[in-house]
Amino acid sequence: MSEVLVLVETADGAVKKVSLELLTLARGIGQPAAVVAEAGIDPASLAEYGAETIYVAEAAELNNYVVGPKVDLLAQLVAEKSPAAVLIPSTAEGKEIAGRLAVRANSGVITDAVAIAADGTATQSIFGGSIIVESKVSTGTPIITVRPNSSPAEPAPAAGTVVPVQVELSDGSTAAKVTNRVVAEQGGRPELAEAAVVVSGGRGVGGEDGFGVIEALADSLGAAVGASRAATDAGWYPHQYQVGQTGKTVSPNLYIANGISGAIQHRAGMQTSKTIVVVNKDPEAPIFELADFGVVGDLFSVVPQLTDEIKTRQG
Amino acid sequence: MKIAVCVKQVPDTWAEKKLSDSDNTLDRASVEAVMNELDEYAVEEALLISEANDGEVVAVSMGPERAEETVRKALQMGADSGIHIHDESLKGSDALATSLVLAEVLKDRGFDLIIFGSESTDARMSVVPAMVAERLGRPQLTFANKVDVDGGTVKIQRLTDYGYDEVEGASPAVVSVVEKINEPRYPSFKGIMAAKKKPIETVALAESGIDAGQVGLGAAWSEVASAAPRPPKAAGVKIDDEGAGGSKIAEFLSEQKFI
Ligand SMILES: Cc1cc2nc3c(=O)[nH]c(=O)nc-3n(C[C@H](O)[C@H](O)[C@H](O)COP(=O)(O)OP(=O)(O)OC[C@H]3O[C@@H](n4cnc5c(N)ncnc54)[C@H](O)[C@@H]3O)c2cc1C
Ligand SMILES: Nc1ncnc2c1ncn2[C@@H]1O[C@H](COP(=O)(O)O)[C@@H](O)[C@H]1O
Repeated sequence: MSEVLVLVETADGAVKKVSLELLTLARGIGQPAAVVAEAGIDPASLAEYGAETIYVAEAAELNNYVVGPKVDLLAQLVAEKSPAAVLIPSTAEGKEIAGRLAVRANSGVITDAVAIAADGTATQSIFGGSIIVESKVSTGTPIITVRPNSSPAEPAPAAGTVVPVQVELSDGSTAAKVTNRVVAEQGGRPELAEAAVVVSGGRGVGGEDGFGVIEALADSLGAAVGASRAATDAGWYPHQYQVGQTGKTVSPNLYIANGISGAIQHRAGMQTSKTIVVVNKDPEAPIFELADFGVVGDLFSVVPQLTDEIKTRQG
Repeated sequence: MKIAVCVKQVPDTWAEKKLSDSDNTLDRASVEAVMNELDEYAVEEALLISEANDGEVVAVSMGPERAEETVRKALQMGADSGIHIHDESLKGSDALATSLVLAEVLKDRGFDLIIFGSESTDARMSVVPAMVAERLGRPQLTFANKVDVDGGTVKIQRLTDYGYDEVEGASPAVVSVVEKINEPRYPSFKGIMAAKKKPIETVALAESGIDAGQVGLGAAWSEVASAAPRPPKAAGVKIDDEGAGGSKIAEFLSEQKFI
C-alpha cells in the first residue's frame, strides 16, 4: 500500500489536533506517514493516531524561512516515496505550502477539502457553503489541504517508526527570511481554528471592555473567542481572532455570534459551523438566516444570563 | 522602482454565484463583475510605495475580454499603465496555470516588486502569490500587514495564525497584502479622465511563450466531478428576549448536548 504523507502542524512544541484528524483521514486512502519539520516533537500521539512512519527533519534552519523549507522537505519525500497523496492542514500557510509543492511536484492541488474518499475524491464546500463540490486531482500526486474540524480524530495505534530526514534547502526557499516571530497570548483558550465551540463578538460588543462578557461565556463552555472584522479593525480584539473571508475559517460544532450582523465576508468564515446560535438586537440582521437558535435582544443582558445558566447547569 | 500589481476581475461579492451547467466552471456571464476587493488594497499599496520611491505602477490582469475594465479601474486609481493577458485558451485555468502565465509574462520586464491581493473572492485559494514566488525563485513576502522598501531589501510584517512574523527578502520580491494594510482610494474624477489615455498592452498567450496545452480547463490538474447545492438547512428558531433569552439558549444547548 502506498504511503499518504501528512504534514504535521504544531504549536508550542505540541502536535495540533488537525494533524490527528488528517492521520485518521489518511488511513482511508493508504498508509499514513507523518512528516514533522521541527525538533523535539513527541511522536507518541502520531503513532497512536495511525502513523506507521514518522519522517522527522530536525534542522533548526527549517523554520527560519517563509514556507519554502517545508516545500523542500515534502517535495523530497514525494520524489522518494511516490505517495498516494499529501495531506496538509488548510490554514493560510498550509495552503501556500500546498500551492508551491504542487508547482514543484507537477501535481494538481485541491484546497479547503472537508472530506476525502478512498479514491482521493475531495469534497469542498464553496461560495460560503452554498454549493458542495466533489473534485479529484488528475495529474501527479494529489496534494490536498483539509480544513481543521472537518472530521474526527480516531486513535488506531501503529508502529510510528521514526525516520530522520536530511533536507536540501533550495535557493528560492531561503529567499524570504524570518527575522522575528511574534506570538500572541492564547489566554489558555483552545485555538480558534481547532475549537469545538467558538463564541464571537462583533461591533455590537461596543468596545474592548465589552469582550469581557464574550470571554466569560467562552470560558464557561471551554470555547475559543472569535471576532468580526469590525471588532478587530477597531482594535477591540487582536487580528488573529478574526473570523471570515480574510480571517480564519472555522467549522466548530457550535458557533455563537453576538452583536454580529452577518456580512457576507463574515459568513464566509463560519457558515459551515454545525450549530449556530445568534444574539442580536436587530431582528432584521442577516445572521439570523443562519441561526439554528436566535435571540433578538441586547447581548449585555442575554449573554451574562446564558453564562450564569451554563455555570449553574454544570454545577 | 517598477511595480507590478496583479488584479483579478471577479463576480461581485454580494451577487449570488452559480456554476455553469456545461462544465462546472464559475458562470461569470450571469453576474456583475468587479475588481477583486482585496486587490484594491494591493493597488493602493503599490501606489503608496511608488509615490514614496518615484516609481511606476503597472496593473496586470489575466482574464476574459471584459477584465480590461478591472485593469482600467487600477489605472483610474492611479496606476501608470496596464497589461491585459487575454486568450480564449485561458478560460477555465486553475491556480497552477494562472501562476504560470503571470510568472512568464512578468519575469523579464524588470519589476522590483510584484504585489498581489491575499485572496481572490471567487477562487478563495490564496495560493497564486506563493506559486508565482515559487516559479520565479524570488522571496515570498505574503500576507503583509506592512511593507517597507529599504533600498534593495523588502521587509514586511506577515500576519500568521499566532500573531505575526517579521520577514525580509531582496527585490525583486513577490508580495501579497491583507486588507488591514491600508484604505484604498476611490478613483477621482481627474483619475477617471486620465485613465482614458493610459496605455493597456494586450498580451496573447503565444507572446508569453506558453503552450496553449498548458493552460485552460483542459489542462487543469484537478477535475470537478460533481457540484450540487447544499441541501437546505431546516429553519431555525428565533425568539424575542423577554427577559429569559439567555436561559432559553441554555435550554437549547442542553437539548443539543452542548452542556
Ligand atoms: C475585503 C474585505 C474583507 C473582509 N473580511 C472580513 C472578515 O474576514 N471577517 C468579518 O467579520 N468581516 C469582514 N469584512 C467586513 C464585513 O463586510 C463587515 O463590515 C463586518 O463583518 C461587520 O462586522 P459586525 O457584524 O461586527 O458589525 P456590524 O455590521 O456593524 O453589525 C453589528 C451588529 O451588532 C448588533 N448590535 C449592536 N449592539 C448590540 C447589542 N447591545 N446587543 C446585541 N446586538 C447588538 C447590531 O444590530 C448589528 O447587527 C470584510 C470586508 C471587506 C471589504
Ligand atoms: N487571473 C488573475 N489575474 C491577475 N491576478 C490574479 C489572477 N488570479 C489571481 N490573481 C492574484 O492572486 C491573488 C490571490 O488569488 P487566489 O490565489 O486565486 O486566491 C489575487 O488577489 C490577485 O492579486
